[in-house]
Amino acid sequence: MAATSAVPTAPLQTSGVAPDAARRRRKKSERRFQTPADVVVFVVLCLGAFTMLLPLVWMLSTSLKTQENVFALPPQWIPKPAEWSNYLRVWEAGPLLRGIVNSAIVSLTVITVGTVTSCFAAYAFSKMRIPGKNALFLALLGGIMIPFPALMIPTFMLFSKIGWVDTLLPLIVPGLFGNLMMVFFLRQYLMSVPDSLIEAAVIDGANHPQIFWRIVLPLIRPAIAAQVILWFMGTWNDYLGPIIYLNSENVHTLQLVIANFNATYAVETDYPLIMAASIIALVPVLAVFLVFQRQIIESIALTGNKG
Amino acid sequence: MSATTPVGPAANTPPPAALVRPGRRSARASAGARTSGASRPPGRGRLTRPERIWGRIFIAPPVLGFALFALAPLLFSCYAAFTHWNGLSSPVFSGLTNFRTMAGDPQFWQSLWNTLFLMIGIPIGLAISLALAIALNRRMPGRAAFRVIYYLPGVSSVAAISILWQWALNGDFGLVNELLRMLGIDGPNWLAEKTWVKPALILMGVWKGLGFSTLLYLAALQSVPRNLLEAAMLDGAGAWRRFRHVTLPMLSPVTFFLVVTGIIGGAQMFAEINIMTPTGGPEFGSATIVWYIWQQGFQNLKLGYATAMSLVLGALIFLVTAFQFYLNSRNVFTVE
Repeated sequence: MAATSAVPTAPLQTSGVAPDAARRRRKKSERRFQTPADVVVFVVLCLGAFTMLLPLVWMLSTSLKTQENVFALPPQWIPKPAEWSNYLRVWEAGPLLRGIVNSAIVSLTVITVGTVTSCFAAYAFSKMRIPGKNALFLALLGGIMIPFPALMIPTFMLFSKIGWVDTLLPLIVPGLFGNLMMVFFLRQYLMSVPDSLIEAAVIDGANHPQIFWRIVLPLIRPAIAAQVILWFMGTWNDYLGPIIYLNSENVHTLQLVIANFNATYAVETDYPLIMAASIIALVPVLAVFLVFQRQIIESIALTGNKG
Repeated sequence: MSATTPVGPAANTPPPAALVRPGRRSARASAGARTSGASRPPGRGRLTRPERIWGRIFIAPPVLGFALFALAPLLFSCYAAFTHWNGLSSPVFSGLTNFRTMAGDPQFWQSLWNTLFLMIGIPIGLAISLALAIALNRRMPGRAAFRVIYYLPGVSSVAAISILWQWALNGDFGLVNELLRMLGIDGPNWLAEKTWVKPALILMGVWKGLGFSTLLYLAALQSVPRNLLEAAMLDGAGAWRRFRHVTLPMLSPVTFFLVVTGIIGGAQMFAEINIMTPTGGPEFGSATIVWYIWQQGFQNLKLGYATAMSLVLGALIFLVTAFQFYLNSRNVFTVE
């Protein structure tokens, strides 16, 4: 359900991981321009970056405006007066906190449990001797190809039959079984780990859970981190799942709360309030992004390189 | 663990590379397990049973999840698509009625067309991001900052971004028209006019997706072997020819990947549409196929009809993807 990362993958790639000295040297050369063409490119990139940021800045700026100033012409980029109270008002205007809590419950449970199950499965699929595992794996691969919209109606009916509609369970439970994308990704990654490493441990008398925790897990930790981040962003931003399963306000996830803000207050043209709510919705994902920026960028490079 | 710590158990130290046996071992080993246990070296056979048990435990969750949440719904879809079903009473078999309705449903064709039209954003986005990646591949100040800035929209919350653009595309007070006014152009009311709603959505889609594809291109550019470019240079190839005949073919796996995922993702566009144009847009001009399925199924309770459409969507995505893989196997340049 979560639109996580991507298709096939290459084994571990070390792009961007330079030895310290080399990195320092490169950093230094990056600090100045080398040719006039670089300056031109730099200016163009600045303009581009400006365009990319403009809508987001506009959002931030609007969230701090008074309602009268929203439509002022020419538009105010730096609102005067800055209406910080919008950010207080927004908590009373709708179940924003509830939305954040619900989204957190869904993403954290799904990702914690789902990652464990995915890791074990990836290990089994790549390193253990199980009859028929390749056929099973191919079947699972077929499963990745089926888009969620093609399954949403029967899945909805299934959850409706067991009385889970309007609870968070339909968003949580399928994820607990693991993420096929992640299984696939980690399996590819593990294929590059030599079998003899595991065999040696087996001969030494370790059992498979031990091998997994002591040998495999440390090896694939970077790959797991990358997948976890992408999965988190996918779950946090999911909109189709929640809109299908959730009716009552007290189970709405953040994306639904924000969308409802828009539906309600756009009619009353309270744009500062909507924008403040939107900024609050952005913060968790942006925080994750900025903190794990390097891993995200590397994981994407890792995921897409071979296609 | 630092190098000075005493040597741990042998299991923790990887064996020298020479001892590493090449792949395909597991398939052979599992075949061997079925025929005879005696041929295996002593010590290993003893461990086969726990290995199998653990292995089955480990792979059970995804297999079970697949059966419950993909296979079973799919099979049920294949039945429900041929029924008349409102979700309240049980489905009544109705043969091909749903598919016949679909063929004569102008809104179905319109939403399919809209979905296809919005994919114009894919080549536009690819071209821009390739240019960006080439620019960002130069050594210059602020390179890391640029990467983050261009990627920022892509990680932002879908609902927030949709609301932002709904407001930015507002005909009277929107940011887009504000900027156009500075250039002396009187912009349209983007989301309320049938001609402009799709270009507006494409604009937003390109803005949102640029960072991701740029990053992939950037990574691929950095892995283009330098010696190939140098060889081409020695052979007298100019910058354009080096790009056209060396770099571009080396980038084709990434392009392929981006096109495939772009089409799969584009075919499932929903959140933006539902938030920005809650009624399917002016004259149904922005309703995507998933939006229409959702509306027919969950708003109008025509579950049988919606299921039939969703099956068609699934089949279309599958066919297009398979076709691309077929083309890819013939055209894409690979390094191996």
